[in-house]
Amino acid sequence: MTVTPAAPEVVLSVRNLCISYLTRRGRLRAVNKVSFDLHAGETLALIGESGCGKSTINLGLIRLLPPTGTIDSGEIVYRRRDGQTVDVRGLTTGQLRQFLWRECSMVFQGALNSLNPVIKISSMIYDTAAAHGMDKKEARDRALDLFQKVRLDPRRVFNAYPHELSGGMRQRTLLATALLLRPQVVLMDEPTTAVDILTQRSIIDVLKRLREELNFSVIFISHDLAVAAEIADTVATMYAGEIIEMGPVAEVFYRPRHAYTLGLLEAAPRLSVGREELHSIPGSPPDLVEPPPGCRFHLRCRFATDECRTTPPPLTTAPEDERHTVACYHTATILKTRQEELARD
Amino acid sequence: MINPAPAAAAPLVALRHVYQTYKKDNHLLRVLQDINLEIHPNEILCLVGESGCGKTTTGKIIAGLLTHTEGEVLFKGRPPASYTGARERADLRRTLQIVHQDPFASLNPAHTIGQILSYPLQRHGMVSGRAALRRRIWELLTLVDLTPPGDVVNKYPHQLSGGQRQRVSIARALTVQPGLIVADEAVSMVDVSIRIGILKMLHRLREELRLAIVFITHDLALAKYFAWEGRIAVMYLGRIVEIGPTPQVIGQPAHPYTRALLAAVPEADPDLTRHKQQIPLRSEDIPALAAIPPGCAFHPRCPFHVPGLCDASLPPLAVPAGFQQQAACLPLHQPEGLRRYGT
Ligand SMILES: Nc1ncnc2c1ncn2[C@@H]1O[C@H](COP(=O)(O)OP(=O)(O)OP(=O)(O)O)[C@@H](O)[C@H]1O
Ligand SMILES: Nc1ncnc2c1ncn2[C@@H]1O[C@H](COP(=O)(O)OP(=O)(O)OP(=O)(O)O)[C@@H](O)[C@H]1O
Ligand SMILES: [Mg+2]
Ligand SMILES: [Mg+2]
Repeated sequence: MTVTPAAPEVVLSVRNLCISYLTRRGRLRAVNKVSFDLHAGETLALIGESGCGKSTINLGLIRLLPPTGTIDSGEIVYRRRDGQTVDVRGLTTGQLRQFLWRECSMVFQGALNSLNPVIKISSMIYDTAAAHGMDKKEARDRALDLFQKVRLDPRRVFNAYPHELSGGMRQRTLLATALLLRPQVVLMDEPTTAVDILTQRSIIDVLKRLREELNFSVIFISHDLAVAAEIADTVATMYAGEIIEMGPVAEVFYRPRHAYTLGLLEAAPRLSVGREELHSIPGSPPDLVEPPPGCRFHLRCRFATDECRTTPPPLTTAPEDERHTVACYHTATILKTRQEELARD
Repeated sequence: MINPAPAAAAPLVALRHVYQTYKKDNHLLRVLQDINLEIHPNEILCLVGESGCGKTTTGKIIAGLLTHTEGEVLFKGRPPASYTGARERADLRRTLQIVHQDPFASLNPAHTIGQILSYPLQRHGMVSGRAALRRRIWELLTLVDLTPPGDVVNKYPHQLSGGQRQRVSIARALTVQPGLIVADEAVSMVDVSIRIGILKMLHRLREELRLAIVFITHDLALAKYFAWEGRIAVMYLGRIVEIGPTPQVIGQPAHPYTRALLAAVPEADPDLTRHKQQIPLRSEDIPALAAIPPGCAFHPRCPFHVPGLCDASLPPLAVPAGFQQQAACLPLHQPEGLRRYGT
């Protein structure tokens, strides 16, 4: 079971973040009033189905949204190692360039296939280092050390072109590169999606070990509950642009209080649990240009009552664990349902 | 025991010593080697394994969409060449259907759902008259839970969600009343929250229509759930390395490769997944198909390999003592199985 020591410092604090895209049909609110704190050394997993806004949050945090996307409101405050705080929304373009990689780096969704095929890994490393004033020798030493840590043959990979590496090797190369400038925070968007089982395993293992050695924080995006269960300290469930439940991983998996989290858990097969009774969530996610009134999940929710249909549920704190927050009117019923299901297993 | 169908009936599809080879830059790519499979009516067979191991190729051969290089493929006990009349050939073609991973790519975006379903119905003469056509389309949409059908029938594929589109693909496969459906990663692109609904529907269709389903996936937890009452075949570099009833293959895996795969899969349960015993491999990289290792193709990565044995001869696919499934592993077939090697 996960044990939480005295809360470490907050490195990234997000408050009421709202992000929208301009579309032909109007303004699409992809991220709505999202708040969370990311602590030093913590891995936060953002889970939720396709289109719920996971990638948009990550892109917003580092201000790399496409031209049609804007941060409408909210705060993004980053705390540097020297204790100074940085208002990420207020950074100039030049400051932002320094902030990326050095303070906060990322492994993008689908990055695996976007490595420039004519650029050697070594040039990629040197370019990144040069942009941040790290000299060639230091960059090389650091890269070789990191490649070793992610279980790659350092010299071979350093001198390779991307196409000479397997998918798993490329993903580990990207992970190592993200750590080149010793950032405090690494954002990872579906780093284990579309890779094979054994490759996924090696990425998970490498990530776990690196985290222990280098103690960076991670925001890990995944639609795979199993990967989140394995690597996250904290899990945030997103639905239709909102974080509707967040808490320590064991709380969210064993004592969920939101109907959507419960639904995701009921739909997730587990390999080493014999015959299972699984259920899917009826319907599909709502239109984000015109989200439904009340709780955004109510149209698909088997627990929905009148107030769910009219008034968005406020975020409340679980009485047993103050780190566990949830926006649902039926927390007690849902908790009870899950516990009965677990008792049946 | 491995093929629980009545002995009298010929299997819907049988593959005997099937090989598939491609030539590429003077290399021979042995994509499939010595594949032996029987699929009976109403049966579930799941093909699992890592990318490139030959699942899709096997699925296409089973569906009659690809001609193999060597060996024998029998449909209802007869080779395809023996299906001579136009009528017979059309019958065979409609018996075997395939559903692909990406419904967006396989549904014509310019046609409504109603049109997409009516073409095969008309082409194969499954219905006569407009009223019957309409009734059948309504029936099919209901069968795949796209209800009320009136809401869907005039829509275009892009107006449906991914899950709904995949239901349309399945409905289209059902237009011709097939006996077997190959579902190749059919729910891989569908969201986790709705996947189970589609799988349950496939289960129901299997019962109601006595369909056989060949389910191809790289997701072992999904394979376990879907094929619990059927069989799983684990493929590695073009060969079946283990095959048998799902509860046995998943619960008591025999082949070291199956064991490594199962151990590597994270579980949607924090305690369970963090306490899973890993099986460390000797090498992380899959050898290229153009350079398949001699003997057991898995031996360079296998933590239990026996030098002089595993790299020297090809392991036969056979039932090891104490197991109910077949596995291709030489040490496993020796008197004390893998225990002798400290596992
Ligand atoms: N460039 C864009 N222009 C307009 N809408 C966009 C754009 N990018 C994303 N969206 C919309 O914003 C919402 C959130 O998308 P986002 O990519 O953040 O979701 P996600 O949770 O990362 O999904 P996935 O799991 O599929 O990666 C979706 O409704 C999506 O259609
Ligand atoms: N027409 C072809 N010519 C040459 N090689 C081919 C051809 N078709 C398939 N292959 C190769 O055969 C191997 C098996 O391919 P196949 O698509 O059956 O694998 P798979 O198990 O379905 O993989 P995935 O999980 O990625 O879908 C691959 O290495 C592939 O590149
Ligand atoms: Mg995304
Ligand atoms: Mg395939």
